[in-house]
Amino acid sequence: MAAMVTRRKFISLTAAGAGAILVSPQLVFANVQTEHRFVFVIQRGAADGLSTVVPYGDPAYAGLRAELAIDAASAIKLDGLFALHPSLVETGRMYAAGQALFVHAVASPYRQRSHFDGQNVLESGGTAPYQLKDGWLNRLVTLLPKSRERAIALAPTVPLALRGRVEVASYAPSALPSAPDDLLMRVSQLYEHDAQLHPLWASAMQTQALAGDMRGRQDPAGLGKLAAKFLARPDGPRIAMIETGGWDTHDAQNPRLAARLKALDTMLAALRDQLGPVWGNTTVLVATEFGRTAAANGTSGTDHGTGAVAMLVGGAVKGGRVLGDWPGLGAGALYQNRDLKPTTALDALIAAAAAQSLRLDTGRVAHTLFPAADMRGAPRDLMRT
Amino acid sequence: MTNLSGMTAAAIAVNRFGLGARADEAAPARPKAWLLRQFDAYQATPAALASQPGSVALATDLGARRQQIRQSPAIDKPAARKALNQAMRGAYRAAVAARVENALNTPAPFVERLVYFWSNHLAVSADNPVVAGLAGSFETEAIRPHVLGRFEDMLLAVERHPAMQIFLNQTNSIGPDSMAARRAQALHPGRRFGLNENLGREIMELHTLGVRSGYTQADVTEFSRALTGWSIVRPQEAERTGRAPGTFVFRAPLHEPGARHVMGRTYDQAGEAQPLAILRDFAASPATARHLAEELARHFVADTPPPALVSRLTDTFLRSRGDLPAVYRTLVEAPEAWSPNPKKFKTPWEWTISSWRGLGFAHLGEMHAAPLLRQLGQPVWQPGSPAGYDDIAASWAAPDALVRRVEFARRLAARVGDRRDPRALGKTLLLGSLSASTATAVAHADTAATGLSLLLVSPDFLRR
Repeated sequence: MAAMVTRRKFISLTAAGAGAILVSPQLVFANVQTEHRFVFVIQRGAADGLSTVVPYGDPAYAGLRAELAIDAASAIKLDGLFALHPSLVETGRMYAAGQALFVHAVASPYRQRSHFDGQNVLESGGTAPYQLKDGWLNRLVTLLPKSRERAIALAPTVPLALRGRVEVASYAPSALPSAPDDLLMRVSQLYEHDAQLHPLWASAMQTQALAGDMRGRQDPAGLGKLAAKFLARPDGPRIAMIETGGWDTHDAQNPRLAARLKALDTMLAALRDQLGPVWGNTTVLVATEFGRTAAANGTSGTDHGTGAVAMLVGGAVKGGRVLGDWPGLGAGALYQNRDLKPTTALDALIAAAAAQSLRLDTGRVAHTLFPAADMRGAPRDLMRT
Repeated sequence: MTNLSGMTAAAIAVNRFGLGARADEAAPARPKAWLLRQFDAYQATPAALASQPGSVALATDLGARRQQIRQSPAIDKPAARKALNQAMRGAYRAAVAARVENALNTPAPFVERLVYFWSNHLAVSADNPVVAGLAGSFETEAIRPHVLGRFEDMLLAVERHPAMQIFLNQTNSIGPDSMAARRAQALHPGRRFGLNENLGREIMELHTLGVRSGYTQADVTEFSRALTGWSIVRPQEAERTGRAPGTFVFRAPLHEPGARHVMGRTYDQAGEAQPLAILRDFAASPATARHLAEELARHFVADTPPPALVSRLTDTFLRSRGDLPAVYRTLVEAPEAWSPNPKKFKTPWEWTISSWRGLGFAHLGEMHAAPLLRQLGQPVWQPGSPAGYDDIAASWAAPDALVRRVEFARRLAARVGDRRDPRALGKTLLLGSLSASTATAVAHADTAATGLSLLLVSPDFLRR
């Protein structure tokens, strides 16, 4: 509680800037002793991998997507088969600089098409919804040496991936006038013997102290910047989670997805730019709960599918590559005759990326984060050595 | 929690089932009877809501504005579109303010809580300006009239309301072999006309049967085919058809012809009767009964609902053929619901309403409810997904969220100042269950405002 008296006024924000929980990005951090940074960006709502990393070279793509097909001429060419959505300008630059790689046709073990169950599997790390109660990112924190202040995390509420044994705090910019230190002190006393509220309040006060005079806005650039400011501090957190939403594009997909991808691109670029030299030690993993139907639906959108795309960006990443075993979109190649067939296990990919970026033993990470993951096909050389 | 004394029956009735005590209110002498009497006191359209525009008025206005933008060459189109979106956002904010005012003054807080429950169970999310504008009318027109009726009637009203039709992209879903699709395909060979599964899937997963209740992708697709033809009257066709803009319409040419096979049953009805028959079967299904029973028990009793209570609620639902008051009576009679241990952590909406009521606010004056609730983490009618807001403590009891509540409590208490004695108010609001530690902290506060702030964020008041 010693941190509490150092709390300062730190944030101002227009009321209009704070979006819905699932629409506006949020930050969660964990503080551990390592010089490496690992950031997990979740895309809630099943982001369309086929419009993100576009298989323009697949002969079936244009026909399946009809008017939704991304024009290869305007997209950013990655190789002879794939191109990046034109909104991902900065991510494309990272790819060109060898700092971004994409893995296509990935999926978690979940094979149904409920967002909420799909997100539960992705974040808990189990093989079925509600099988595990805590999140893989929280379990990852347990594998790292503890910092002086134990682990901390920041966001208005804590997403499942970071819920668990390690206590995490939460942080987001607030437009409400801050309360005076005297009141905060009295609240600390009031919660002293409350088993639920005491740890929550203690971590909130620690986080506020760490935030100091930082200001934050809930637009994508502001969030990237804010995350970077925390991650760049020598005494700051090393693990972060950012939530993004609005990926459930059942209609008017092209304009909506372009806006969401632009926001993601802006956020990633802000993170890169603000981290400065620390970017060289940073790995950002971007993943979604499942993909969307291979064919366009009847309303200029796509419905819930299976195979999706995952991204790894950061100065630590051995980028400039599109990984994965491309199953194709031709007749007979689709999963259940409708979705991109998954060929890479997302849980194995996440375990490999987390282990390699934080210099941990891959087998131990996999066992702790995703007990059922089959690591045999997991990529080995995701990071620069 | 270790620090809390047990809740009295009066406190449970007022705080767990109701919306929190009012500063000027006497404790109910017979808590159960007090709850059940509210079935008679409830008004579907109370004064606070009566002045709000309905979906027809909103759709008519929207249509007129859009037509003006299309047809006036002189108009500054971006500015006009911006004004249109602002009008929809304005309707949203006014509807939120009306909802709050009603929550502060209602004679039937238990039934109002049930309205919020159903509105969240069958959620639309005000993520775009049109759904935002219609969200208040959705609750008033589709939820409120049926909260003391049958589930099936509420379901049919909800799925056909323009807010839900637009939110889950139903209005343009076309049967792939329908007359309209064949005609359109001939006119525009490159374009694709067909299904949108969004409404069909969420009805099955969220509104009725529940996820993991055994349906397959094929069932979702079949049900979505059955729903084709469901749409709403567009403003530009209102005059020609004599129907009010925004009202539900069945467009037979869009409907996929033929029998549908859903969950082992065959539906060979023609036209509109087909999706209605399927929906009625969903509404009466044991899976639906269990799904709803679990959600109700989770809302009123515990994050992990007691299985015996869920069974009894399920039985009542099935036996009464979805008569909601019968289900509520089972809940009020349930010993599990009267556990003195407060197991529910208030959501931002619940906590804010109980705070306003507790400090004696009947009107908010110049305070704006919509942005405040956004700051507290729960913008009204905007859960961001059709699943609605979570109903468990893990989603709301978080470090940053607690700081927000302290900040808001202080701001609210400053408006009241020393016009309320926080020591006396603590006894009124907690109805005999104020803990000794909270009473001490409040009594030791340096000002009345600090005492009120502490009372509102006390462990006792954060839970119900």
